[in-house]
Formats: sequence, structure tokens, C-alpha cells
Amino acid sequence: MDWTIFWVGLTFATYIGIAIWARAGSTNDFYVAGHGVHPVVNGMATAADWMSAASFLSMAGLIAILGYGGSVYLMGWTGGYVLLALLLAPFLREFGKFTVPDFVGDRYYSDTARLVAVICALFVSFTYIAGQMSGVGIAFSRFLGVDFNTGIFIGMGIVFVYAVLGGMKGVTYTQVAQYVVLIFAYTVPAIFISLMLTGNPIPQLGFISNVKGEDISMIQKLSDTLTSLGFAEYTTTNKTTFDVFCITAALMFGTAGLPHVIIRFFTVPRPSDARLSAGWALVFIALLYTVAPAVGAFSRLNVINTVNETTYVAPGEDYAAQAAALEAQGVTPSPAWFTRWEITKLVGFEDKNGDGIMQIRGPNAPDGLANEVTINNDIAVLASPEIAQLPDWVVGLMVAGGLAAALSTAAGLLMVISSAVSHDLCRRTFFKGMSDKSELRVARLAAAGAVMAAGFMGIYSSQLAFVAQVVAFAFGLAAASLFPVILLGIFWKRMNREGAIASMLTGLVPTFIYIWHFKLGAGKDAGPEEWFLGVSPEGIGFVVMILSIIVGVVVALATKAPPQDIQDLVEDIRVPGQRRPHGIADAGMAPAE
Amino acid sequence: MSENQSETTPGIDGPEIDAKGYWKEVIRLTLALLAIWFLVSFGAGILFREFLDGVKLGGAPLGFWFAQNGSIYVFVALIFYYCFAMNRIERKYRIEG
Repeated sequence: MDWTIFWVGLTFATYIGIAIWARAGSTNDFYVAGHGVHPVVNGMATAADWMSAASFLSMAGLIAILGYGGSVYLMGWTGGYVLLALLLAPFLREFGKFTVPDFVGDRYYSDTARLVAVICALFVSFTYIAGQMSGVGIAFSRFLGVDFNTGIFIGMGIVFVYAVLGGMKGVTYTQVAQYVVLIFAYTVPAIFISLMLTGNPIPQLGFISNVKGEDISMIQKLSDTLTSLGFAEYTTTNKTTFDVFCITAALMFGTAGLPHVIIRFFTVPRPSDARLSAGWALVFIALLYTVAPAVGAFSRLNVINTVNETTYVAPGEDYAAQAAALEAQGVTPSPAWFTRWEITKLVGFEDKNGDGIMQIRGPNAPDGLANEVTINNDIAVLASPEIAQLPDWVVGLMVAGGLAAALSTAAGLLMVISSAVSHDLCRRTFFKGMSDKSELRVARLAAAGAVMAAGFMGIYSSQLAFVAQVVAFAFGLAAASLFPVILLGIFWKRMNREGAIASMLTGLVPTFIYIWHFKLGAGKDAGPEEWFLGVSPEGIGFVVMILSIIVGVVVALATKAPPQDIQDLVEDIRVPGQRRPHGIADAGMAPAE
Repeated sequence: MSENQSETTPGIDGPEIDAKGYWKEVIRLTLALLAIWFLVSFGAGILFREFLDGVKLGGAPLGFWFAQNGSIYVFVALIFYYCFAMNRIERKYRIEG
């Protein structure tokens, strides 16, 4: 694993170099990179910010297991960018401040609304960041032989340097570097696997091609192979259509409401750049997201083809000698990569029928045999270079790619957490007279504090049960509590303070209780028949979002219209270049040029 | 939705801008693009998937392909078309985005 150390060391040194180069000199630099980031650069940074350790390592494997059911992640985590570009990003940029609670607090002329938004932003971001930090710890402990906690400390140290020194400016340019690392690590093995399996070097085309040298499509062959072993067909799901609809919607609206994604669009110079930048972000995201289903399908087929019915070679023995001996007896040995990854416990074999042969079987296996092979979701990506028989230096790159994905997302979340404390709580709520200089000092301190809090949450993540439910909690809450008030704040002038607070609380409380009940509480083992309208905890955010919009509108209509200043502000942010300061809306903080 | 009486509001520096006309065109464009957004993902990828799966794109059932690949390509195209169309509207209303 020498190449792993080489790549991780090289990439980490690059991140620190960038941090030293991109230091923040003002709060404007620290929170929004001086509003000076080029839209293509911001698009790339957004893509890295967005794609987490889970997107990079786990998603392809998850799709491989879920088949069609995995589509909710593919559509959900890309479709939200259309909503961002059309409905939120350019208008929030024209609004011209630093954070999401800035918008909520000023648009709804209320520090209570600001505080509720801060609570939502903090909860969503902490849930999300704990997973990233524990991902860093796992990467270090599994692949670099470093203790889990030490791994997290190393990760904390790196993020500390560029987030605390450089703020958003440092984070932006390291994210660009991290994007390059992760997309290279992801696509190179995918190209070679596609070539190997289908003869087409473009994975997206290989995905819809025939198996190399055969007259059957890759997907059809995969489906046939799966059904013959007792698995469900690849292009089906056991979820109801309505549930698939709700989960996809919750992930889309949640994506659009996630603070760490939204604030990336504050860093560009103009509203038109915000639109364009959302397009570029999705291009860079799509480069990974359209390859992921291909990698998933290829790996599922490949694993079955190369592992099923082979004779087990245990790790720790001389693989080459063992394999040669088995081949001399006329039997096929298990592939080398399986033996190598067994040490990391990401793959496992339990010889239930004692025949020494590895059987992969589904729940309805026609021959009645039990499944003996376990494969972790991350294997689809991590072992892809070895399955494609690529040189060792590519193998080493995968861990650096996973770390880049985890660290870039962690850094974006850190900016939300630290600005929520130094800007939204200190400067905008409790110490309104604070100078720019002392706010910058507090911002650095808050970033440092947030790094440590995130690290400790990573260390204790196995005890913090909600951390494992990021998909449900973070996206559900962002969709139900943040998205509606931002949307209505732009598109409905009549929306007022009372409606906003009612809407956010309607979004926050039922979503939280529902997810908690069915994911962690008494209803943990309940089946779909007990779910409200048959909607899973992952999809409930969408249902509650509809409710939250209705409640917000009804309450707003029943109470007083917002002051004229606010209505004028809403008219201004709709038209690029027309933003003027408006009395109470901008009393606490002037909008950017 | 708007209580504003005048058709035009004074621009931030100088020429009058027809903000109402501009906003109406933006809303129309946004709704049209969101309809496509809905059709390719929730429509083709989810609601009409089984029907579309009867057709094959290369070796993939069409509905399945929309859910795993096709919708994403359309999303990208939608955003870039939006940028293009918005620039055109902004030129028409002499607004500098």
C-alpha cells in the first residue's frame, strides 16, 4: 500500500499549499470568498462540496444492490440543482449577504425566524459532518494502518489549516483540487472496467451496450444472472411507486435547501454567474453520477462472474502458490482481489455447507443453497482498479479520492457551522455592534471550535445513532423546513414573519419525530404498512414540505402583510442589478454591491 | 400578487426598467422548464417507467435508463438553456445580470 501513502501525502500537501496561498483578510473573504469566484471554478468547488464520502465510495455499490431502487439517489441528488438554478441561487445572490439565516432573518424581519433557521442549519450540518469525519477515520484505519481516532485527528488538522486560515476562500480552492483528485480516481478504473466488460471505453455507453463478444445486453445479462441465483431482477424495486416518488422529491428539495450547497452560490460576482455556476456544478457532478450506475452494474456482474462457485483461497497464505495448486487440480481459485480485501473485512466468506466453494445466492435461490459471501457496498468502487487489473498506483489513488470527497464536504459544512455561530448568532443576533475585525476573529475561532466538535462527533459517531441516518435527517429537514421559506420568500411578496416561523416549525418538528420514531425509536422494526401513507422515513420530508407550505401560506394570509420595505426588497432581488438597501430589511447589515 | 400600480419602476441608475414584464417572462420560462424537469424524472423515471421499459435504448429499458442516466443529462441541458434564455430576456429588458 505504498502508493496509498504517496497519494494521500501528495494531495494533503497540495491542500495545505493552497491554504497558505488563499488567506482570508476580511469577513467578506472569509464567508463568501469576496464574491469573486469564477462561475466555472465555483461549479467545480460546489461539485466537490456536494459529493461526500458516501457519494464517492458507497453510492455505486448501493445502486448495485438496489438496482432500479438506487435511482432515487441518482435523480434526487442531481435534480435539486435545477431547483437551485431556477428558483433560489440567483435571487439569493442578488439579496447579497453571507448566510441562509441572513436571508431568513432579514426577509422575515425577525430574529426568531433567524434563530429557527440557525437551528435547522446547525442540525443538518452536524449530522452530515459527523459522517464525513468518521469516513476519514475509517479510511486511515483501514488503508494506512493508522488508529481510527488518530486518522480523525489528522483529518481535523488538515481541514483546520485551510478552513481557519482561508475561510471560504481557502475552502473554495482546495475543493477545486479535491474535485480533480476524486473525479480522476473514480473515472479511470470505470473506463477500464467498461472496456473489459463491454468493449466500450465510455462507461455511460457501456452501461447500455452488449456484453463484449456476446449477443446480450449487459443489463439483461445482469438481470438473468441475478434471477438465476434467486435475487430480484435488476430493473425492479420492492418499494412502491409512491414511495420512490416521495424519496426522490425529498432528496431533490433537500439538496436545494442544504445550507452548505446554497452558500457556495454566494461566492460568485453576479446573479447570472450563480445560474451559470449551478449548471457547471451539475456538469461536474454528472461526470460522477452518470458513471456510478454503470460502475454499480459492472461490479455486480463482475463480482458474481469472478467469485461465485470458485474455490476459496484464505488470506495470509501465499496466494499465487495456492491458486496455482488449485488450478492444477482443475478447479478455479477465488480471485486475488477478494483475498486481498478480506483483510479489511469489507468482503467475507462463511463456508456454510463446508464444501470450500464460494456460493453467492439470493433469498429465493432455486437450488436452495444459502448465501456465503458478504460484500460491502464500498467494494464496487474501492476494488474497481484491481478488478480492472490496473497498476498499483491507480489502486492507491482510490483512498486519496475518498479522503478528498470526505474532506471537501466537511470543509463546506464547517463554513456553515462557523458562520452560524460567528455571523448569525454573534454579529446578527446578540452583539449587533461588533466590528468587522472582531467578527473575523470570532469566525476563525468558531471554525476552529467547529473542527473540534466535528472531530469528536466523528470519534463518537458509532454511539450517535442519528449520524447513520444522514439521508433521512439532513435531506428531510432541509426540504421540509428550509426550502419552503426561502422559496416563498422570493416568489410570494405577501409571505410574512408569522407564516415563515409557522412553516419552519411545521417542517422541523413532524419530520424530526417521524424519522426518529421509524429509524431510531420504537418503530424501528416496523414495516411499510405502519408508515404514514406508506411513505418511508427517507421520503417523509417531501410530504411534510407540502404541509409546511400550506401552513405557511394560511398563517401568512391570516396575519398582517409584511412591511413595505420588505415587499420592495422582494421586488428588487427578482431583477438583477436592482438591489437597493431597504430600511428594516437591511438595518442590521448592508447588502453587497 | 403585486400591488404595484405603475408599469415601470425606476432603474437603480438611470433608465426605467419594466420589472413587471421582466418578471412575468421569467416566471413563464421557469414554469416551462420545471415541467420538463418533472417529466423526465418523476414522469419518465418513476410514474411511466413500466410503460417506457417496453422500449429499449441500446440494451437498457428506457424508463430505467431515464431514472439512472437520462434525466441527469436533461437536467444539465435545462440549466444551460435557462442561462441562455435568461440572458436573452435580460437583454430585451436592458437588465445587466
